[in-house]
Amino acid sequence: MRGVFLGAALTAVVISALILYTLFKGTFDFFRAIEWDFATLADSGWYPRSSRFDLRTIVVGSIVVSLIAMLVAVPLGLGTAIYLAEYASRRVRKIVKPIVEVLAGMPSVAVGFFAVYVIAPDLVSRVFDPRQPRNMLVAGLGIGLLVIPIMASVCEDALAAVPGSLREASYGVGAKKVTTVFQVVLPAAVSGIVAAFIISASRAIGETMVATMAAGAVDTAVYKGFSPLQPGMTMTAAMTNAVGGSDQAAAEAPFKVLFFVGFLLFMVTLLLNTIGDRYVQRVRQKY
Amino acid sequence: MALATPALGGRTAGDVVRANLTKSQRDVPGLLALIALLTSVLVTILVLFTLIGTILVDAVPFLRDRGGSFVTRTIGSNPDVIGLWPGLYGSFIIGLGVIVIAFPLGIAAAVYLEEYAKPTRFTRFVQINIRNLAGVPAVVYGVLGFTIFAGWLGGLTGGKTVIAAALTLAVLVLPIVMITSMEAIRAVPQGIRDAGYGVGASRWETIRDHVLSYAAPGILTGTVLSLARALGEAAPLIVVGALAGGVGLLPETSLDGKFTALPMLIYGWSGQPTDADNRWQFSNSAAAASVILLALVLFFNFAAILLRNRYERSRTGS
Repeated sequence: MRGVFLGAALTAVVISALILYTLFKGTFDFFRAIEWDFATLADSGWYPRSSRFDLRTIVVGSIVVSLIAMLVAVPLGLGTAIYLAEYASRRVRKIVKPIVEVLAGMPSVAVGFFAVYVIAPDLVSRVFDPRQPRNMLVAGLGIGLLVIPIMASVCEDALAAVPGSLREASYGVGAKKVTTVFQVVLPAAVSGIVAAFIISASRAIGETMVATMAAGAVDTAVYKGFSPLQPGMTMTAAMTNAVGGSDQAAAEAPFKVLFFVGFLLFMVTLLLNTIGDRYVQRVRQKY
Repeated sequence: MALATPALGGRTAGDVVRANLTKSQRDVPGLLALIALLTSVLVTILVLFTLIGTILVDAVPFLRDRGGSFVTRTIGSNPDVIGLWPGLYGSFIIGLGVIVIAFPLGIAAAVYLEEYAKPTRFTRFVQINIRNLAGVPAVVYGVLGFTIFAGWLGGLTGGKTVIAAALTLAVLVLPIVMITSMEAIRAVPQGIRDAGYGVGASRWETIRDHVLSYAAPGILTGTVLSLARALGEAAPLIVVGALAGGVGLLPETSLDGKFTALPMLIYGWSGQPTDADNRWQFSNSAAAASVILLALVLFFNFAAILLRNRYERSRTGS
């Protein structure tokens, strides 16, 4: 039996190896397709059909969209976590926690639909009057919704890991609830909260469907800077757009760029997740 | 409270002392903090209800008018007559693939890492590998599926088919199944194992009859959640080559042809322009498909939450 189980565990290693091989090989093929001419990676925008791949456009797109998502998810997720861990009674917790978990299970296409048909016309277009109803702000807000539950659950774990003795000591010297929570418990949980922040950022960067449906740019994207009210393209949206072509294009650069962007995305999220994991471990060691 | 006396006017002694010490000042920072925290909770809940509410508003009249024909018909260019049958078919096969491939493989890996493996460098390497896999963006799994399952194994899967998609999503949720199963097995008390060995059971018998049966509710919770996750993913399907419900190409309900899935239909229909000639718009059919997908996903989520609650109660109750 042992061998069977070992084999199953080894599939994880095999999958990791296959992902790395696929991305490396595809990136190499992409560079061959553009004939190692790295000048094509800097232009005025992302024009894959004419083999001009301005990395700046999609990297800035990912940064802008993820920043907006974090602006939504960090206060809402952290606030929900503090409330659930420190203030809520058992009964309130039993109601609120499953609701947050429902949000965690929300398919990203449903949030994409919500972003396109509600956030874009009823919120962003009314308040800001952008040139185009679908823009990076709409995508960022939608991705923010998807990231709230991740932020909330990792933060809540961090707060729950703070020993009760710290709270009792604080109350013992006469501190109020608010002082105890914000000046004793939160500083003690800070590495877990940093971990939540980093893991959430990694999720926001890797989220694909909302960015594809709501960020505005389709097939090509002109570089418009950091303005969130402009249509833009994220790295993930660049990947789904690269697949849009027909089978004949599969051998050429406009398709092969899928692997190159996937490789960059993989490296960025791997780096963030590794740093986030370090912080989570630190919480476990301390208490 | 026994401390309440008529002389204190119905207040407890604690209230009186606190009022005297603080000179009855209100705890303004405390109140502000509580308001801020409550606001963030309420905004989160409100957004969730708005999301579900607006989808229902777009979907319910459409579903009522179209009825069963929306479920049984195939996709096309006119929202008045289209249906989502190929999407349901694709999602069903994908769910089946996840159950048949990811569940046994993930649970078996968890059994090895928790019950058999010694804490060597190699074991740690495998564990780190699994954690990293869980953080890989879904769209990257699509790239893997395109190259390996639709490309290398094209002879077996038939290329860009629903089989390749099912394999891709099974691989996508595999690390989640492994991690949740490992946690469930780790929570089994050592005494359960010792009891097995004590009556002369072999290691495998102990694992099968004692450890796994004790960990079953926890394992089931994790696997059900991962099934919900697989049904909702669209990004890897785009890369593997699922159709998005556009005009022209039609998906089939076959194992070796063009395919689609519920989330792909929502994605495709959300991008269609409105057409004033039609009674219904693609936004309605996208909302209706979202309702059906949400119902499926939430059903699995609730099942998992109920399972977990029941499991926690039975453990603390005994």
